[in-house]
Amino acid sequence: MQEPANPAANASLKAPLSVDFNRRGKDWYIDKIVQVLVFLGGISAVIFIIGIFVFVTREGMGFLTEGFSFKEFFTSPNWRPTSATKETYGILALAAGTASVTGLAMLVAIPFSLGAAIFIAEFASGKTREFLKVSVELLAAIPSVVWGFIGLAIMNPLIIELFDVPVGLNVLNAGIILGLMAAPIMTSIEEDALKAVPDRYREAAEAMGATRWQVIYKVVLPAAKNGLLGAVLLGVGRGFGETMAVLMATGHSIHIPTSVFDSVRALTATIAAELGETAVGSRHYEALFTIGIFLFVITFIINMTADFIVRGIRKG
Amino acid sequence: MFTASELNRRNHRIQKMFQLILGGMTLTLMVPVAVILVMLVYKGGSAISFEFLFTTPTNGMTAGGIFPALLGTICLVVVGLIASVPLGIAAAIYLSEYAPDNALTRAINLAIINLAGVPSIVHALFGVGAFVIFFQFGTSILAAGLTLAIMALPVVIVATQESLQAVPMAFREACWNMGATRWQTIRRVVLPNAVTGILTGIILEVSRTAGETAPIMFTGAAFFLPLLPQSVFDQTMALSLHLFVVSTQVPNMPEHLPYGVALVLICLVLMMNSLSIALRMYLRGKKKW
Repeated sequence: MQEPANPAANASLKAPLSVDFNRRGKDWYIDKIVQVLVFLGGISAVIFIIGIFVFVTREGMGFLTEGFSFKEFFTSPNWRPTSATKETYGILALAAGTASVTGLAMLVAIPFSLGAAIFIAEFASGKTREFLKVSVELLAAIPSVVWGFIGLAIMNPLIIELFDVPVGLNVLNAGIILGLMAAPIMTSIEEDALKAVPDRYREAAEAMGATRWQVIYKVVLPAAKNGLLGAVLLGVGRGFGETMAVLMATGHSIHIPTSVFDSVRALTATIAAELGETAVGSRHYEALFTIGIFLFVITFIINMTADFIVRGIRKG
Repeated sequence: MFTASELNRRNHRIQKMFQLILGGMTLTLMVPVAVILVMLVYKGGSAISFEFLFTTPTNGMTAGGIFPALLGTICLVVVGLIASVPLGIAAAIYLSEYAPDNALTRAINLAIINLAGVPSIVHALFGVGAFVIFFQFGTSILAAGLTLAIMALPVVIVATQESLQAVPMAFREACWNMGATRWQTIRRVVLPNAVTGILTGIILEVSRTAGETAPIMFTGAAFFLPLLPQSVFDQTMALSLHLFVVSTQVPNMPEHLPYGVALVLICLVLMMNSLSIALRMYLRGKKKW
């Protein structure tokens, strides 16, 4: 620290017993200042998550305080914010749209991502493994608006031709798109969960004469159960909150779907489609922010649950 | 001495079968996407030219290039980076080097997980409520960039934290033993050893923010602007929103144009990701400990 040429240092060298090791020099203060700064950086994440809730609620509050009908909002399938006779704000049909698309997406994504994760973590090795991991990572990076465009420009005509239906923008289209989109992310989290199972479990099972598949099925999968469940939940959260792909591929028809070929409108897509047309502070505008609060709360619960489940296994 | 019994053989058949099924599932996830990418190149490749990248859209966006959108995306990414990188690195340093194991640290970690999981459209609503209205930035590059920054913050934090934690504890201990303060240790020993890893995270963030559409839709990106933005308080066009606009909002759109925009966007994003992956592999090969 001290320059030897420094007279004060020389003085203390002559009288070593008088050196004050707790001296608060410039470096001590810099250290304290940095500590405060990085602490502020650390709590910024907490501030932002609270900020998101506060600001979205602040804009949506008017809708909740003035003549808000809990029953209408959650149980009416009629979302008619611009109706000239009587505006209704029921999100049931929109929620059904989100649920049907996310549900179908998970039917695609859960089995295939699990299959891919098991294959990459347990069967593939060396160059193949590296190649598959990189591919999965690149697939996960494709922006949602590109997926939406794929749904619109490629899947839409394909579905019309294959199934002989008038419109190809429907639950099936968005579900497949969303499934393909969520699968790579789920694959990499699931692969991490499988890799977290200690090798000695596998070795012990192999020593007993189990085949690779028996090891996976009887030992690895049960041991990684919670991590896998967490990955699935995160996938559900992703699908639930996805906006652009669902906006472009579902076909904008607000009703409760009865088949996969029905067009629907998701909660997220409704905000994206309508916010631009509303006046700031109008009831419609506030209603869209209220949907935002609803989305925030649901994804918050999903993420907390996923974290809780994943953490549960690490402790146990 | 050892001959495979009928049971052994059956078990191995089952194993082979599952290996094939799982491998097939892996391919099922990848092949359609590969086919789609080839289709994008096939249909959009003809649209891409020097003029396409460096001229403005004309004829109600049905002709001309994408230059304002490209420039706008770069502006938004830069504003997002300036806001999120210092904050994200600070947060990661706190979590990795300072944070005690207490309830607050737990809360911060939960907040990061949730921040990453908040739907992008809710980030957009936050951007409108906070930056556009409350802080009165209006719909501007600044508001949109800040919204993107908050959305991408978890990416920076997680990547930085991982690379900080990859620096062995012994390095720090050696430095502390020399009488260095915590910050001197971080500044001179930990950060230099983690810098490539942090860079990987930043490139990943660029890729993420460049592709995002929903958060910028109502906070600063416009469907079409005749002029380029002059300051951070102007609106801008953006590549991702431009793809949405040309593929859904404009009638009589020639087919190749949206494909071209999609191709440019996806190339940009995949290039950034590949760069990040390559850097990570280089780093792994170089690691001395």
